[in-house]
Amino acid sequence: MTNDEKNIKGLIKVDNLWKVFGDDPSIALEPENLGKSRAELQTEFGQVVALRDISFNVERGQTFVVMGLSGSGKSTLVRCLIRLIESTSGNIHIDGQDVTAFDDVRLREFRRTKIAMVFQNFGLLPHRNVIDNACYGLEIRGIEKDERYDTAQKMLDLVGLKGWEDSKVNELSGGMQQRVGLARALVVEPEILLMDEPFSGLDPLIRRQMRRELADLQKEIQKTMVFITHDLDEAVSVGDKIAIMRDGEIIQMGTPEEIVLNPLDDFVAEFTDDVSKEKILNLGSICVTPDLVQNRQMGVDELKIHMKNGNADHIVFVDAPGSVVGVVTRTNIELSHNNEDLQHHIRKSPPTLNSNTNIKDAISMMAQSQTPIPVIGKESELIGVITQQCLLQALATGQ
Amino acid sequence: MSESIDGEVRIPKSGFRILFGKLKNLYFPITVVTSAVLLSFMIHGSGFDSALDFPLDISTEIERSIDDSIDWLVVSCGGFFDAVSDAIKIVLGKLQDLLNWIPWPIVMFLVFITGWKIASLKVGILSVTGLIILATFNLWEPTMETVAIMIVSVFLSILVGIPSGVLSSRSDRFETALRPVLDTMQTMPSFVYLVPGIMLFGLGNTAAIFATVLYALPPCIRLTNLGIRQVDYSVVEAGKAFGSSEMQLLFKIQIPMAIPTIMAGINQTVMMALAMSTIAAMVGAGGLGIEVLRAMGQLREGEAVLAGCAIVILAIIIDRISQGYIEKRTQ
Repeated sequence: MTNDEKNIKGLIKVDNLWKVFGDDPSIALEPENLGKSRAELQTEFGQVVALRDISFNVERGQTFVVMGLSGSGKSTLVRCLIRLIESTSGNIHIDGQDVTAFDDVRLREFRRTKIAMVFQNFGLLPHRNVIDNACYGLEIRGIEKDERYDTAQKMLDLVGLKGWEDSKVNELSGGMQQRVGLARALVVEPEILLMDEPFSGLDPLIRRQMRRELADLQKEIQKTMVFITHDLDEAVSVGDKIAIMRDGEIIQMGTPEEIVLNPLDDFVAEFTDDVSKEKILNLGSICVTPDLVQNRQMGVDELKIHMKNGNADHIVFVDAPGSVVGVVTRTNIELSHNNEDLQHHIRKSPPTLNSNTNIKDAISMMAQSQTPIPVIGKESELIGVITQQCLLQALATGQ
Repeated sequence: MSESIDGEVRIPKSGFRILFGKLKNLYFPITVVTSAVLLSFMIHGSGFDSALDFPLDISTEIERSIDDSIDWLVVSCGGFFDAVSDAIKIVLGKLQDLLNWIPWPIVMFLVFITGWKIASLKVGILSVTGLIILATFNLWEPTMETVAIMIVSVFLSILVGIPSGVLSSRSDRFETALRPVLDTMQTMPSFVYLVPGIMLFGLGNTAAIFATVLYALPPCIRLTNLGIRQVDYSVVEAGKAFGSSEMQLLFKIQIPMAIPTIMAGINQTVMMALAMSTIAAMVGAGGLGIEVLRAMGQLREGEAVLAGCAIVILAIIIDRISQGYIEKRTQ
């Protein structure tokens, strides 16, 4: 497989994954039963469909979030990726290799080097101290004590546990224990991190802190991550791509903006309603077309005519290459008697904002100026403007 | 409490009615018992009771075949059993000599340190006090003999018991197969084990040890099995997720986490071994057991009581030390 193919196909590629619990799992896969719901299959055959036809890709360095309520199958899914639970059918390709076809030896090798998991209940060994827990993955590999203590020490420092190496695990708080879990995962230097609701067992303040620290850590280490959560807030703040699951199926998959702005059904909408919009919406999604765009060289009188004809409340001024120089409201244009006045108003325009900016940051600026704010894209091209009206509308409805 | 059913209003249930309602559950059992008693009377009255002997009796055949099997075993494997018997006699003898050779102050000191370090200072002091009492009863040597027997028995029990327990924890089939065996072993009267013991090893300490091991094995196996099975699955899962092999899981995670329960099993084993020591005296084992037996036979109640107390004191010392160890570990 060429590198291009690898990159196109993604680091993790799951196709048509099924998991059915019961003594006759394959019966759920028979053609005549494919259309039946989870409840129907359970009453009719006594088999429980935990995962139904799951397919997704995760690219290198991406954080893929799987979100859903209890029983949606998200924990089952992540466990199928390392075969802690054996899937009933479907393919799991990680870095081009078919995980489902690994024999025991190959599977152990895979678990020891390529991928590491952080658990909701921490999964730490209570009879060992912190550093012995952290270097467990290396101990399994047979690496010498000095070497593995070295690496473990570095990772413990990285997660903020310097000085706690010799403490017993039960002396630590929940947040600290989870840091040990995280260090343990990082120590084996995996390509992929699996996080099974890592912060769900912690109290809300610590949760938020850990989320932020994880985000900072990600900037440094840039690992590919599969992150399970039941909290959409957590999902949108952590994920590049989110899959929402219900009853074993992926209901919707997309970027945080896509999910929040376009919930596919009422189920998803109920989740997204609670998400504080200003966190994930960026200006690019909510900006509106400017009323009027003109070259800065145009004369004042001509502008006034255009303005009246177009019924514009504001004009965005660009110079020849198309870059934005300023925005002036109707009022100020009407007050301008000559070009000097006009240029004066242009100079007093609010600065442009990038389309990736969070709404949060626009709010304070909008509060200070009545003038619409121009939004520019990657090449500083004009994308649109933010008016007070469209901002308020976005906050109210998420559109 | 009044309910409305089809528009009627029910009066609240009185206490008597509630009781009466509950008695309804007893109608069936009462009927059955009464019928049984009546039938029994009728059968006796009609004179049919002579026909009531159970028609099938294969007891003599089975007894004979068991006898034959044991005889065969003794004859064909006699050499083996004699060898085992000799080996145990030597080990036991050496151990008893050792324990009697170490002067009592040193033994007391060792016990004190052991009790203190493994459990607590209180336990250390308690243990030594117990030993002093034993010594004042002039029962030091018999105590050391019993201790020697127990050490060998417990060692053998653990040698067989813990691996069996581990095997049980890993194989449901093995566990199911073993369960009736363990049940039997725990319910059979202890001196039943003495008989095959004597047949295979002759009178003496070896037979006693054989019987004691059989008697003391079940708790060790059961609790080792339970301890390992009850280890927190999320930790085992984490171990698996990081690529542990089966052996690594067993020795790095499951067994270390099961130690408190396994220790409880060993504690039980030790207690049962001690309990067996008196009975083992019937087949010629030495120690405190024979003191009790001898005293009872000669109607010297005082001596019997003292020897009995010594056994109890020994039990308390061992129990406190092992419990203290378990508590320290689970803190």
